Amino acid sequence: MSAALELEELVFAWPGHAPVLDIARFRLEAGERVFLHGASGSGKSTLLALLTGIASPQAGSIRLLERPFSTLAASARDQFRADHIGYVFQQFNLLPYLDLLDNVLLPCRFSARRRQQAGDVRRTAQALLAELDLADPALHRRPVNTLSVGQQQRVALARALIGAPELLIADEPTSALDGERRQAFIDLLLRLAARHGSSVVFVSHDATLAAHFDRTVALADLNAARPEADHA
Amino acid sequence: MLELALKSLANRKLTAALAILTVALSVLLLIGVERLRSEARASFANTVAGTDLIVGARTGSVQLLLYSVFRVGNASNNIGWDSYQALRQDPRIAWTIPVSLGDSHRGFAVLGTTGDYFRHLRYGDAQPLTFAAGKPFSGVHDAVLGAEVARRLGYQPGDRLVLTHGSGEGALSEHEDQPFTVSGILASTGTPVDDTVHVSLAGLEAIHAGWESGSASLLAQSGLLAEGVSADAQPESITAFYVGLKSRSQLFAVQRTISDYADEPLLAILPGVALSELWALLRVAEQALLVVGGLVVVVGLFGMLAALLTGLNERRREMAILRATGARPRHIFTLLMGETVALVSAGILLGMGLLYLLLFACRPVLRTVYGLHIGIAAPSATEWLLLALVLAAGALSGLIPAWRAYRSALADGLTLRV
Repeated sequence: MSAALELEELVFAWPGHAPVLDIARFRLEAGERVFLHGASGSGKSTLLALLTGIASPQAGSIRLLERPFSTLAASARDQFRADHIGYVFQQFNLLPYLDLLDNVLLPCRFSARRRQQAGDVRRTAQALLAELDLADPALHRRPVNTLSVGQQQRVALARALIGAPELLIADEPTSALDGERRQAFIDLLLRLAARHGSSVVFVSHDATLAAHFDRTVALADLNAARPEADHA
Repeated sequence: MLELALKSLANRKLTAALAILTVALSVLLLIGVERLRSEARASFANTVAGTDLIVGARTGSVQLLLYSVFRVGNASNNIGWDSYQALRQDPRIAWTIPVSLGDSHRGFAVLGTTGDYFRHLRYGDAQPLTFAAGKPFSGVHDAVLGAEVARRLGYQPGDRLVLTHGSGEGALSEHEDQPFTVSGILASTGTPVDDTVHVSLAGLEAIHAGWESGSASLLAQSGLLAEGVSADAQPESITAFYVGLKSRSQLFAVQRTISDYADEPLLAILPGVALSELWALLRVAEQALLVVGGLVVVVGLFGMLAALLTGLNERRREMAILRATGARPRHIFTLLMGETVALVSAGILLGMGLLYLLLFACRPVLRTVYGLHIGIAAPSATEWLLLALVLAAGALSGLIPAWRAYRSALADGLTLRV
């Protein structure tokens, strides 16, 4: 089985501070869906910055899709992220000046690979939205900030998955949703990720969401460093 | 990226509109100043293009030029009719046009002259005067109107008009006893000719008979005096005369002859030279205006910059979203640059639009009040250069927000600042 993500002897410190991350080893299999449990202050944000190539570690390595990632130049990491990683934020995922469809199509603007894999980008986007119960064309014309939070998060999910990126990273995507819709959203995310063949790293402080995942990892167990809260 | 930049701008309509307006107004001022400057020069140069010398009483050459051709100010002294008669006989002279100024008609200057005016006067690119309607004056009380006079006052050949003694605010006494009849209307020239009522010298003599004191005597009011004036009545003096030479190589020799004329102190000027003197006088003011215009553009760009920089902090979420969906820092840089260039371009377009609107609206005022004939022409090479400089300065100033956004996009990464 091939790996989607491998961390090896990873050490990261913000300049002038003690290390916030010290991870000996972590591996995510291709197609695997992992729940990464991290309380605030556990180095969660820093890890996400490393996984998306915004920052690079002082020691150790990150390999994505069995290719070196953390050792690439910043611009190459950016390109890699654009091509292979879908990302969902906690909330406010959408650009208010683009309509729903254009928001979904954003990654196709920046990645030729995602554009190519999506084929007919508009139809692919519409199909994705339909799967997320957002098929109504009237919705597509509405300003995105008039959509409900749940709808916005689903649009963000469609955007993260367009062009079938190999890795989907979700950073507390359900924190703005209430209990029932939280479960529904996670079900939807996992089902779609499976259909599009994306591995999932789902980060949350809420351990009750872990039930649906293949595996649960606590960042506190993984991380040998004891980060200060202000940089987490 | 440009599409994103435009959509992002459209989302911040008020800020964008204000920034565009700031740039537009500064462009309007800068190009407006340049336009007025060059149009004034072209208009003045066109007017005197066909005249070799202008002769008047001894005064400053700029002053002579201004009152004899552009009806600005008044003659301090006239020149004697006999001096004119003596000088025009010079064999080196091809033609002369006597002009006598001082009266007005509803704000337009009245110019007494002879038929030679219509035969010899040239303007612009050596174009002769042509009649849009009617013919030159033949009777004592005939008048030929400039195109603008006829258009503004709605006169047709055959209409009658009354001249006013003197000109300007204080001109109140009318030559009511001797109305003139419009015999012809000239085609438009874009020079002060358009704003002039032309009558014969004899006509001016006739209406001023009995007015030696400066107002109408009882005898003059009776109308009896007018009967006695024949079509070839000669005035005692004229304001100035224009000279055309047979050969321009004689220019300085003839000028010297006139200046040395023994019976009366006279001044002969080369209109082109006098014009350059005028522009030399105005150069400091012109340059000051251009500098002010340039500074206003700089201030405008700073205003735009302030708005863009203030907005950047609120847009960090936007940048993070773009980064998360694959935008690289250089995309962010391009986005911000695109925004600035779009704003400045829109400002330039709006400013030019406003300029043309304003020129169109102010043309009549500039014309009647200042004697400036402003054409509505495409931007000149200088103006294109100025506009290119504005755009370049705008793009240059755009580097600042673009660089800042680039730096913070690198530092923030995907961190959402809510």
